[in-house]
Amino acid sequence: MKGIRKNKDLSQKIIIIGTFILLLIFFAIMNPAYIRYDNIMTILLSTCVNGTLAIGVSFVIITSGIDISVGTVMTLSCVMSGTAFSVWGWPLWISILFGFCVGALCGAVNGFAVAKMYLPPFIATMAMQMIAKGLSLVISGIKPVYFTGAPNYQKIAIGEFLGIKGFYNAIIIFLIVAVIAHVIFSKTLIGRYDLAIGSNEEATRLSGIKVDSWKIGIYSLCGLFCGIAGLIMSSRLNSAQPQLGAGYELDAIAAAVIGGNSLTGGEGSIAGTVIGALIISSLTNGLRIMQVSSEIQSAIVGLVLALAVFIDQARRRKEAK
Amino acid sequence: MSLAGITKEERGESMTEALIQMKHICKSFPGVKALNDVSFDLKAGEVHALVGENGAGKSTLMKVLTGVYQCDLGEIFLNGEKLEIRNVRDAQSKGIVMIHQELNLMNHLTAAENIFIGREYRKGMKLFLDKQKQNRKAADIFKEMNLEIDPDVKVGDLSVAKQQMVEIAKALSYESKVLIMDEPTASLTENEIEDLFSIIRMLKEKGHAIIYISHRLEELAAITDRVTVMRDGTYVGTSNTHEVTTDEIIKMMVGREIFVTKQGEFQHKEAPVTLEVRHLHAGKMVRDVSFTARKGEILGFAGLVGAGRTETARAIFGADPHESGEIFVNGREVKIHSPSDAIRSGIAYLSEDRKQYGLVLGLDVDINIALPNMEKYHKNGFIQFAKSEKNSTEQTELLTIKTPSIKQKVKLLSGGNQQKVVLAKWLTKNSDILIFDEPTRGIDVGAKNEIYKLMNQLAEEGKTILVISSELPEIIRTCHRVIVMYEGRITGEVSGAEINQDAIMNYAAKKA
Repeated sequence: MKGIRKNKDLSQKIIIIGTFILLLIFFAIMNPAYIRYDNIMTILLSTCVNGTLAIGVSFVIITSGIDISVGTVMTLSCVMSGTAFSVWGWPLWISILFGFCVGALCGAVNGFAVAKMYLPPFIATMAMQMIAKGLSLVISGIKPVYFTGAPNYQKIAIGEFLGIKGFYNAIIIFLIVAVIAHVIFSKTLIGRYDLAIGSNEEATRLSGIKVDSWKIGIYSLCGLFCGIAGLIMSSRLNSAQPQLGAGYELDAIAAAVIGGNSLTGGEGSIAGTVIGALIISSLTNGLRIMQVSSEIQSAIVGLVLALAVFIDQARRRKEAK
Repeated sequence: MSLAGITKEERGESMTEALIQMKHICKSFPGVKALNDVSFDLKAGEVHALVGENGAGKSTLMKVLTGVYQCDLGEIFLNGEKLEIRNVRDAQSKGIVMIHQELNLMNHLTAAENIFIGREYRKGMKLFLDKQKQNRKAADIFKEMNLEIDPDVKVGDLSVAKQQMVEIAKALSYESKVLIMDEPTASLTENEIEDLFSIIRMLKEKGHAIIYISHRLEELAAITDRVTVMRDGTYVGTSNTHEVTTDEIIKMMVGREIFVTKQGEFQHKEAPVTLEVRHLHAGKMVRDVSFTARKGEILGFAGLVGAGRTETARAIFGADPHESGEIFVNGREVKIHSPSDAIRSGIAYLSEDRKQYGLVLGLDVDINIALPNMEKYHKNGFIQFAKSEKNSTEQTELLTIKTPSIKQKVKLLSGGNQQKVVLAKWLTKNSDILIFDEPTRGIDVGAKNEIYKLMNQLAEEGKTILVISSELPEIIRTCHRVIVMYEGRITGEVSGAEINQDAIMNYAAKKA
């Protein structure tokens, strides 16, 4: 009997994974170089930042909220971590943790605005998007913040793991983040309440659960993932770029949605989000190899997004019947 | 019921008399035969009740008639002419309209705009809306119905009863001959029900035919001419309403006798007071409410809709804030600011609206039962699935919740089983004070009895039970003592043998 629900979840996962595999096969046929080891590693590397942000935003989307500040919060946290290290002279690892804390704090403010001040999530996080952007620019003086005192900073993301050629640390970091996020979502209270709040917030509150506090926790968690994405991002570029970040939230939300997280809440999975992020990066990579211009790439990603949601809605309607 | 047979044969000879005839309708869904050879007919100018337990097939039959579903087998005739109803629009164009229990109105539009939505009157080369004309037409319809509703008022500002009238006006504006009303009195007060009935009588006189679906069997005698009973997707029988008793109808619905026994006097007068409320004030609807309840007692709250009973319960449970007043649990004062405070004090609230407030419908039985109990089922934040699943399985067996598995989504269960899932939540929590708000709303007769039995059993085990119900028979049969409220205040109290309809209604309709 357990099979009934599993099967439905499964059918959705099969659609997502199937799409991903078809995509890989298509590009491999178009150009065999696509599935060469180093290109696959490139795809994985380019998934890390967006994937981490998408995981963060998934937790929020499952509560039926949205966080459009993830891009600029990511930027603010690495700008702060860079400033702590290079300007204030803090030890590197403390500066990195500080960056994570900044991300989590921004998330907590989002959560507070949504849960306690009753701002709609879109508005609350749009305000945060602007605030984080402004702060990043002011604190950095609109100049990149370099990690000059730490020559190995870049190794954190693009050092090779165990010396395996092309196998970047960032990929391992992302993998660990994804596994931890999956465990949080499926095995802990925060994941359980995440789903419950998204399915029926009022019933959850009337079950004696402090919905407000949990929401703040969930938005903070999202902020923490932005901080981690900030580390990967700044390490790859060997600097915190205050001008980057805006627009990243759209890719992150797209990945979460393609991965089957419902914007109406109460449904979704971290595994889905990871595959959603992989679909986006393998799609853009494949199109680039086929020498499709970046403008057209963007249009195609948009189409895939609409298609993914359409298929998911069709499946849902069928299920409801 | 033999009489019913005769009329049927007579009708067979003079077909033209029937406005609508549905013959040998069959409809299957994957795994379920929802309708099995069901026949039904409706005469012009009659109110025909359609009754049956949940899942008996009433709504499926009506969905076939209104074009939501297509039947697999069978035929539908209108005035002896065969009908092909492929969709809702087909049915509408033939004058068959359904008025749903959940009204389909747009709260931010005016009454007139709601009535003429999709076919607005226009002027100036049809570019502009002709609001005056639309309001005039709506006013004409209201006048015809003897109603005083301003066509220009926003529907959201009207009472539920008035909204329902707007819905009926909308149906009339389509020149419908057949009106299907699904549980029209579910959320109306006594007076509003009378208003609705006089409109139904008016429609009847003008030759409209009405199919009246209701769980409230007491109403049938007042308003319907004939009654058709369905059970498990089959047709059981049709009778003239004045020739059958409510008990006979129930027997046809469930296929067995139902015993109604009154609760009687509370036996343990010296039992400790578990809940005491003193001078509770919360908004307009809870004014200076004070009462006590003892261990093992079933205390009822009667009153008209809007008397403040639900508001009192929500204030005690911390779902809504209260301005002043004290709440004592087991003799100790407790400060309740949120549901979690109340739950910690051993109070549980089973809401009148299970789907919105009681359950997380999209999640499974296990998650729902575990929801208020997670502190028992986690270690350092990690959920102990085995523990929670073990408890859910036990509760499912204990309360005989009919579900294929504890991993079934709650929205797929019947109303009665959903209510049991809510109960399982609070029994797992081991709450001592259980507030049941409309415990059997939308639950069929068979399952109602099970819920009553459970409430009795829990009281005997030493729980304190508060019951809020708008169905007087329910209050009368389940409660040891009844508190009656009117406009936010307690106006009276009756207990044991004194509990009867007249005594309660006396208090329910007068100010203290």
